[in-house]
Amino acid sequence: MISSLLASIALDDPLPKSPERTDFWMPLDASTFAADIDGLYYYLFWISVISSVLIYGAMFYFVVKYRAKSREANEVGDETSHHNTALEITWSVIPLFFCIGIFVAGFKGYVDLRTPPKNAFEIHVQGQKWKWLFTYPNGFVSSELHVPVDEDVRVIIQSVDVLHSLYIPAFRTKMDAVPGRYSDLWFHTTREGEFPIFCAEYCGTSHSDMLAKAVVHPPGGYENWLKEKEAELNNLPPVDLGAKMYSEQGCSTCHSIDGSAKIGPSWKGLWGSARSFADGSAGKADENYITESINAPTAKVVQGYAPAMPTYQGKLNDKQITGIIEYIKSLK
Amino acid sequence: MSTPSTILPADLGVVPSSAEDSYLTHDKGFLSWIFTLDHKRIGLMYLFSVLAAFALGGFFALAVRTELFFHHGPSIMTHDQYNQAMTLHGAVMVFLVIIPGIPAALGNIIMPLQLGAKDVAFPRLNLMSYHLWILGALFFISSLLISAADTGWTFYVPYSTTTPTAVIPAAFGAFILGFSSIFTGLNFIVTIHKLRPPGMTWFRLPLFIWALYSTAVIQVLATPVIGITLLLLIVERAVGLGIFDPALGGDPVLFQHFFWFYSHPAVYIMIVPAFGVVSELIAAFSRKPIFGYKFIAMSSVAIALLGFLVWGHHMFTSGQSVLAGTIFSAITFLIAIPTAIKIFNWVATMYKGRIHLDTPMLYALAFLWVFTIGGLTGVFLSTMSVDVHLHDTYFVVAHFHYVMMGGAITAFLGGLHYWWPKFSGRMYNEGWARIGAILVFVGLNVTFFPQFVLGTRGMPRRYYNYLPEFEGLHQLSTIGAFTLGLGFVMTAVYLYKSWTSGKKAPANPWGATTLEWQCTSPPPYYNFADTPEVNRGPYDGHELLTFDKETQGYVPVK
Repeated sequence: MISSLLASIALDDPLPKSPERTDFWMPLDASTFAADIDGLYYYLFWISVISSVLIYGAMFYFVVKYRAKSREANEVGDETSHHNTALEITWSVIPLFFCIGIFVAGFKGYVDLRTPPKNAFEIHVQGQKWKWLFTYPNGFVSSELHVPVDEDVRVIIQSVDVLHSLYIPAFRTKMDAVPGRYSDLWFHTTREGEFPIFCAEYCGTSHSDMLAKAVVHPPGGYENWLKEKEAELNNLPPVDLGAKMYSEQGCSTCHSIDGSAKIGPSWKGLWGSARSFADGSAGKADENYITESINAPTAKVVQGYAPAMPTYQGKLNDKQITGIIEYIKSLK
Repeated sequence: MSTPSTILPADLGVVPSSAEDSYLTHDKGFLSWIFTLDHKRIGLMYLFSVLAAFALGGFFALAVRTELFFHHGPSIMTHDQYNQAMTLHGAVMVFLVIIPGIPAALGNIIMPLQLGAKDVAFPRLNLMSYHLWILGALFFISSLLISAADTGWTFYVPYSTTTPTAVIPAAFGAFILGFSSIFTGLNFIVTIHKLRPPGMTWFRLPLFIWALYSTAVIQVLATPVIGITLLLLIVERAVGLGIFDPALGGDPVLFQHFFWFYSHPAVYIMIVPAFGVVSELIAAFSRKPIFGYKFIAMSSVAIALLGFLVWGHHMFTSGQSVLAGTIFSAITFLIAIPTAIKIFNWVATMYKGRIHLDTPMLYALAFLWVFTIGGLTGVFLSTMSVDVHLHDTYFVVAHFHYVMMGGAITAFLGGLHYWWPKFSGRMYNEGWARIGAILVFVGLNVTFFPQFVLGTRGMPRRYYNYLPEFEGLHQLSTIGAFTLGLGFVMTAVYLYKSWTSGKKAPANPWGATTLEWQCTSPPPYYNFADTPEVNRGPYDGHELLTFDKETQGYVPVK
């Protein structure tokens, strides 16, 4: 079991890793929200600690001080008042004031979280089982979120299948991806580095593998990265472009390249093989079949597999699809 | 409340009964149980069924925790099996265990006795409620056997309408269990209104009954909504009616509104009866009237009513409007106040009491400890900006386990140990029971406290694999879960021994003053042959009871 465990770790994409924490509770912060949210969190934390200590202290003190000797001793509680309206009102009103204060602070923070500034830099993201795809202003699509430091960024969120939720702990924000409507979140980056992104809304089999990286670039770094990526794509041999698409477009979540079965059929030995479909028909894995499977995945579903794949219609251009076909050809 | 001077010792003694048999021996045979109309027998069947479901739900919990011991699966199961185990754990614990746990099991046995009634108002409806519970449980098990649902207990669309697993049997099971819950609630409301004996005024009702009354109101008003919602889900899945799935023209956020319109009040169905149990325990084991009776009673009612207006606090990141979120957050904060009032009054009751640390009281103290943490962390989650970071992380998992497992189940166990001698007629081994209570307390804190840290650091819930940096805390949590499991297994063993060969229980082993202790243990078939007349508050008269060494129970002073 241990060896298969290690093998499966080695095969997967490298996991995103949180930077070293500087704080016991909260992850390292990288957006302007953190100051407000962490401050409120710690305020609540210390109120909770103090309240608990008072309640537990009274509880233990009474247990020790008023502990009955034995059943035989027949003791009963002292005659005390059974109610005290002044006391009841005091211990209702004091927490009420605290609650009002906390509510207002939380409300202000929430309005800030939900109100992206005008002229924020915009990136589109699409959640699908089980990958995030970020689309940059020039049309470049990546499975990683790249943003410049010290910039307002608005992320516009969509889902193609079920509910997902884009969660970036370092930025202290999250938002559900709801099929059939747009939602958004925004942040102002404050720290360069790499931070994990999670899917926080349960979305089925590989929900826990729907991870991504947020990369905050130093000034100028973001523009260079985008140019580099574009140039790479334009100059790559098709088979290498296909390999890149495989890891960046979410194919690797469901299709293996070593023959092992995942959510979808493996790509190893796929090229030219005979396919039998769930509706009883059969076919051969050629260029047209692969193109169709990318653009209309549910048209021909291979027997024994669920129709789980979202469509890539419009997300991959012809060159990229050709690359994937060439890549599959190479996986004999 | 009446002054103690008007009460005579005889008012606290065993009420004579002409019935020769206890309810356990009145009739014999299998059919005399499954078709009984006696509230105590129905309650007892509920109790053992709920405990069996608890074992099943616990088994799935341990499976989940075992899988999470290492950050990368598979340790003992695949992705899909994990999702199924996680779903079944949640669904079984919520629908089959916690919702019926205190009201339908303990409440059924004890409430009419405490009230001074012969039975509930509608005994046949009571039996039907139990039969529906069994039917609902069978649907759950059928889903388990066909291809267990993997939607999470929340059944969120469109995942639940598209997953290939057997969602329909599970949802239909929950639909049927809803009716079981409604029938119990309806029965309790009518019973408490109409079957109070002479002198049992509203403010002489034990707080357990006030809590059950508040719960029953929620059960009757909120449960129909989940019934209709699940039915719509089933129809959408079966014939493609587009209510919730955007691919069919529906709205998935609408499902969340419907779902939480029931499921938030449902958390009060789970916790308010626990408040009632804890009020009884603290008064009985402090040997003193409860402090702030009316405030505790009315805070249950306030929580029940406010609980209907806060469902949107589950949806701060769903895309719901800022205005809606703000209103839901504000009302949520209001619920913190009656909750805090209860805790303060319980602690104040212990002041100048004479506290006996028997097992039920240990559970009551454990409840105060964990519920304080559960309640305070609820304030973190009602604070909108903080919730955006914590929503759908292990912080939420830890919070609701502190309230549901730490609160509702701890109070349930406290009540079980408190009333066990009454309904079984047997004592259990106090030494083992105390060790069990300590194991449960330690186990649940070790299991769930690390999850607050995990959640704050960004660990999302319902994850099969997780980042290696979270492994240490997950392992601690798993160790806690097995400690908890050990505590429960031990409890099952000594309770079984008590049932088969425990010492005979006296009528009033704890020196408590509510009416159920004025029946023999176990109670006679008709509870009270003559309707009792009530001339005192529920917690008056501790000084009129004296401990009798021979029977090891309390009797009125001579």
